[in-house]
Amino acid sequence: MKNTIIYFIITSIVSPLFSQPSGKEILNLIDKNLAAGTRIMTAKMIISGARGSRTIEFKTWAEGEERAFTEYTNPPREKGTKMLKLEDKLWIFSPSTDRIIQITGQMLRQSVMGSDLSYEDMMEDPDLTSHYNASVIASDTVQGRDCWVLQLNAAGEGEAYEVRKIWVDRERFVPLREELFGKSGKLLKRTQLSEVTRIQGRWYPMKIVFKDMLKAGDGTQFIIETLRLDDPVPENIFSKASLK
Amino acid sequence: MLAFKLAIKNLIGAGLRTWLNVFVLSLALVMIVFQSGIIHGWDVQARIDTTEWAIGGGEYWHDNYDPYDPLTLDDGHGLLPPELSGLYNDGQAAPVLVTQASVYPEGRMRNIILKGIDPDQKIIKLPSSQMAGDTSVINALIGTRMANATKLNKDDLVAVRWRDENGTFDATEIRIAGIFRTNVPEIDNNQIWIPLDRLRKITGLEDNATYVILKQGITSIPTVPGWIFKDRDSLLSDIESIIKAKSIGGIVMYIILLSLALLAVFDTQVLSIFRREKEIGTYIALGMTRWQVVRLFTVEGAMHSVLSIFAAAIWGTPLLFLVAKYGFAMPKATEGYGLTIAEKIFPVYALGTIIVMTLIILITTTIVSFIPSRKIAGMNPTEALRGKVQ
Repeated sequence: MKNTIIYFIITSIVSPLFSQPSGKEILNLIDKNLAAGTRIMTAKMIISGARGSRTIEFKTWAEGEERAFTEYTNPPREKGTKMLKLEDKLWIFSPSTDRIIQITGQMLRQSVMGSDLSYEDMMEDPDLTSHYNASVIASDTVQGRDCWVLQLNAAGEGEAYEVRKIWVDRERFVPLREELFGKSGKLLKRTQLSEVTRIQGRWYPMKIVFKDMLKAGDGTQFIIETLRLDDPVPENIFSKASLK
Repeated sequence: MLAFKLAIKNLIGAGLRTWLNVFVLSLALVMIVFQSGIIHGWDVQARIDTTEWAIGGGEYWHDNYDPYDPLTLDDGHGLLPPELSGLYNDGQAAPVLVTQASVYPEGRMRNIILKGIDPDQKIIKLPSSQMAGDTSVINALIGTRMANATKLNKDDLVAVRWRDENGTFDATEIRIAGIFRTNVPEIDNNQIWIPLDRLRKITGLEDNATYVILKQGITSIPTVPGWIFKDRDSLLSDIESIIKAKSIGGIVMYIILLSLALLAVFDTQVLSIFRREKEIGTYIALGMTRWQVVRLFTVEGAMHSVLSIFAAAIWGTPLLFLVAKYGFAMPKATEGYGLTIAEKIFPVYALGTIIVMTLIILITTTIVSFIPSRKIAGMNPTEALRGKVQ
């Protein structure tokens, strides 16, 4: 009897450790949940700054992580502004100037429409598994959900952020929080994902709050209003001709 | 000589009309000398200030560096070659490392250029020694333009974010150790200066530099592979272009001023000939040829310019001297123009310009005096004596 009790105690302690997936496996499970062939969404961005907040509405067509096309629909001042991402290149069309500009170099560091998101944040390669060594460092509860806390250390040189921490929902494999750190360990950016909804068999966060921790304000809310996954997207959408 | 004496007598006799013309001409001359003096003074000051504050005795640029193209900053630096290290160690040069960064004054992001320079350098007037001292924090130096734009004050702490040589972000707080005032915007606008060794350390660019400023008067200019030497003249070519453009703009102003003054002389001559027909007839009746009378009237007109030169010397010289001594204050707004302009410009009057302008006024006044006087050559003396309009 005594041996049986000891056995149960040991297995109850050890077995969760063995059943816990590795950091890389968790990242793969996130990808499996979130990665869709195509995404068509309407969304809005609420940018909060020192002088109040403003809302920008837009529609996005995306195919994988390589190709994306966004058209701003509201407010009237931004209406008609279009953005095209093709692999590592980004173009923007502004109807007020009637010109297509390729965003390169220092321009990539500018914020997108005054938000806490820069163009280079948008251009970042989302494939974390090949760039970072992930390990589970703790368990935590975020938004009432049990999470694994993943620490991602840059596998080599040249990554934008040396360290990332991701809080991942244990059941749904959706990241609920991400923190990005500089080389010295200073927290630079925080992303909070919430309102996780079941869409076409996948769990998707419908609200994302980006916060540049060095900037004042409450950050930028990114709220998905409608989302369709794996719908066909016309090929001509992802061409420079569609910008004008 | 007779023409000259008569001309003087007639001019003096004409009274206020003469003195008005003389004043207008002298005003044009003084204004032209003043304006060219201001442009010349600006040129001289801009060259001196730029040399003392920014470029010293010339610069070596890394092959890939182009100050007009921020895209080159990622690759526009390299290890300081032995030739330039030697100059640096001898106190003959100051290496500068340049990188892009973002600063967050009052929580607002602003893209800037982060520059590193040795706090002990004595090559340029940048008060870099203010960055020395407490090493627990990065001490930074900014110019008044940058301070106004970011609303940063001395001893303020502000977050700065940058990317290292591999593109990895990092951030820290820096302390504004000093705010300098300079007339040279190219070392002030949108820039933050920090100690060179700190910038090298945080970016991982040990022993690197983007450009190297040489001490003024240095004569030994070695050829350094991978680095391009820019002499003072080429570094000042922007100022030269601006001054040239301003000088051309100034010439338009001179033409307008001079034209107004010459119009007054021309008008006076036309009126003189119209009103003095009997006098013209008398001159011819007394034995003067028509062309002698033409010459008399031309000399009379031209004498306006001679008198105006004296008048300009009398009232203009002290005025121009005072401006040269106390300077001409430029509007505060000019600081933000991005041009090297001092708060006060001290005009530099070039003797050549004064002589040339004096000759131009003499010649042009003579020409505009001659043109209406030609009418006399075609006059009938009898009709002229009767005062009949011809």
